[in-house]
Amino acid sequence: METEVKLMKGNEALAEAAIQAKCDAYFGYPITPQSEVLEYLAREMPGRYGIPLQAESEVAAINMIYGAAGAGGRVMTSSSSPGISLMQEGISYIAAAELPCLLVNVNRGGPGLGTIQPSQGDYFQSVKGGGHGDYHLIVLAPSSVQEMADFVFLGFELADKYRNPVLILSDGAIGQMMEKVTFPQHEIVKPQKPWATTGKSPYKERNIITSLHIQPEKMEEVNLRLTEKYKKISENEIRYEEIQTEDAEYLLVAYGLSARISHKVVELAREKGIKAGLLRPISLYPYPYDVINKLADKVKHILTVELNAGQMIEDVRLAVNGKVPVSHYGRMGGIIPGPDEILKNLETYIK
Amino acid sequence: MQEETLINKEISEDAKTEQVCIEEEYELVYERPYTLVDRHMHYCPGCAHSTVHKLLMEVVQELDIQDKTVGVAPVGCSVFAYDYLDIDMQEAAHGRATAVATGIKRILPHRYVFTYQGDGDLAAIGTAETIHTINRGENITIIFINNAVYGMTSGQMAPTTLSGMKTTTSPYGRDTKTMGHPLKIGNLIAQLPGAFYVTRTAVNSPLNVRKTKKALLNAFKYQQLDKGTSFVEVVGNCPSNWKMTPLQTQDFLTNEMLKVYPLGDIKLPAPEDLVNLDIEEGVV
Ligand SMILES: Cc1ncc(C[n+]2csc(CCOP(=O)(O)OP(=O)(O)O)c2C)c(N)n1
Ligand code: SF4
Ligand SMILES: [Mg+2]
Repeated sequence: METEVKLMKGNEALAEAAIQAKCDAYFGYPITPQSEVLEYLAREMPGRYGIPLQAESEVAAINMIYGAAGAGGRVMTSSSSPGISLMQEGISYIAAAELPCLLVNVNRGGPGLGTIQPSQGDYFQSVKGGGHGDYHLIVLAPSSVQEMADFVFLGFELADKYRNPVLILSDGAIGQMMEKVTFPQHEIVKPQKPWATTGKSPYKERNIITSLHIQPEKMEEVNLRLTEKYKKISENEIRYEEIQTEDAEYLLVAYGLSARISHKVVELAREKGIKAGLLRPISLYPYPYDVINKLADKVKHILTVELNAGQMIEDVRLAVNGKVPVSHYGRMGGIIPGPDEILKNLETYIK
Repeated sequence: MQEETLINKEISEDAKTEQVCIEEEYELVYERPYTLVDRHMHYCPGCAHSTVHKLLMEVVQELDIQDKTVGVAPVGCSVFAYDYLDIDMQEAAHGRATAVATGIKRILPHRYVFTYQGDGDLAAIGTAETIHTINRGENITIIFINNAVYGMTSGQMAPTTLSGMKTTTSPYGRDTKTMGHPLKIGNLIAQLPGAFYVTRTAVNSPLNVRKTKKALLNAFKYQQLDKGTSFVEVVGNCPSNWKMTPLQTQDFLTNEMLKVYPLGDIKLPAPEDLVNLDIEEGVV
């Protein structure tokens, strides 16, 4: 069968992918720049697949996710920065109770109410916790409309595989831009969820979804089990893209929207005879520390490009472990730097 | 009692006839429902939570819906309800029980879904979820234990705390001018079109225990109709944090609590909505 090529907004491609991935229910609350997801699903889900529900708040939405995921559903919510902040208690509960689900943050500028323009200011919140306690989300960062769609399928798959919430960390630009996109034609197979609360049959023990472990020993046991799981995820699920890194002397590290721009920076630099390369982390948790560490052996300088005050740079520095200098270039407030501007900054590090 | 003495004597004389004698002399009128786990509860002596747990599980047994019931217990003294109720359950964040129940019911529309919430949970931190869940008419049963304090966190003021009532955070008595008024959330939500059945009961006397059970039975049966939310408020007690003996709480409940929270139906289903439902016997 020939795959149809469509021209779609990032947010709409993501929403369409949710239907095609047989998402059983979507719970969300409007916020710019991602309201298209809720609007698209409110329009398209009825009669095709799944239940859309506009919740009274992001707090309610994330707790509906908890209940629905615990009942065995394949479920998703999306929001933008302030709404994701509001969800954090629920996300911590979901991670603790090991409920598979897909979360989407179409990152806008902050702190506070901030701006509706694109930003990568939620990096720390996404990969370092966000909510309380020791937990991790699997975090995927799309840099194109195609990846907005692809990561929905991948996200649900990883969520089920590890019984862990997966976060797609996008931004206002990727969400709003229009590009060509195709959808996979493969059949969707959802795994059995024998742990779900669907009603206790007389032949089995009751299923309980909880994150409460009042005995310290029991709580630590759960913490250790989760830690073990995160280790396994780190071993198996690191994703990244390398662009012209083989002979690179100057390495850019960027994800999502800033990786798109940095790609262009690499091209411009090469035209000028500067051997630049780009490492694009696709999974932000787990993070490609080892890859960056190895690249640090070959390059003279590393520049991280982020639409924030410098957040991912901390992970890059951890990876580099002092081998070469690492610097940051970024704009904030919803301002997207052009490739020339970034190249100019890169050139200041070239001796 | 004469009969008892007789049996005891016979048992000691001949163990073999023990069973026979008990069967002859006693008619089995009550036993723990099989849906209630056989273990000690952590609730303080005289606390309403344990009575309501038992009634709830009697209802699940009588309706024969153990395999079709999913419960939600949020943070509060009853957060450990899943240790006692032998059904599938989810523990919810403080205040979010009805949102969690909404998620469950949307995925499993043919299951009986209920929440079991305290007043702090349902009428303070979770007020928005309470109102909007009922406003959507989610086809679930909400069981609301109104004991006028935060039991689990040791007796702070609740939205339902009576005017003038002393708690650890209203040590001079609740001053309604600065601390708000006792919130009659049952009356408030009864105004919503999505509320199908709203009633207020108590478990302070054998009669009221029976009435509470009947209310719970009906509230569960109404889920067969998919006409809206059923809401059973049980005016409870908290001997530990009211700083009273269980018996003293009975007086306080009768003399103070029920004046502010009078018992009885607040909203009843329209008779035409109940045509196909046998609300006495329990089966459609
Ligand atoms: C977000 C959050 N805030 C506060 C608490 C602390 N907390 C636990 S239970 C509770 C009050 C419970 O009171 P109620 O709902 O009336 O139930 P009861 O124990 O009286 O049955 C509070 C404030 C919490 N667990 N989570
Ligand atoms: S603290 Fe109060 S509500 Fe909690 S179990 Fe004890 S008596 Fe019951
Ligand atoms: Mg209470």
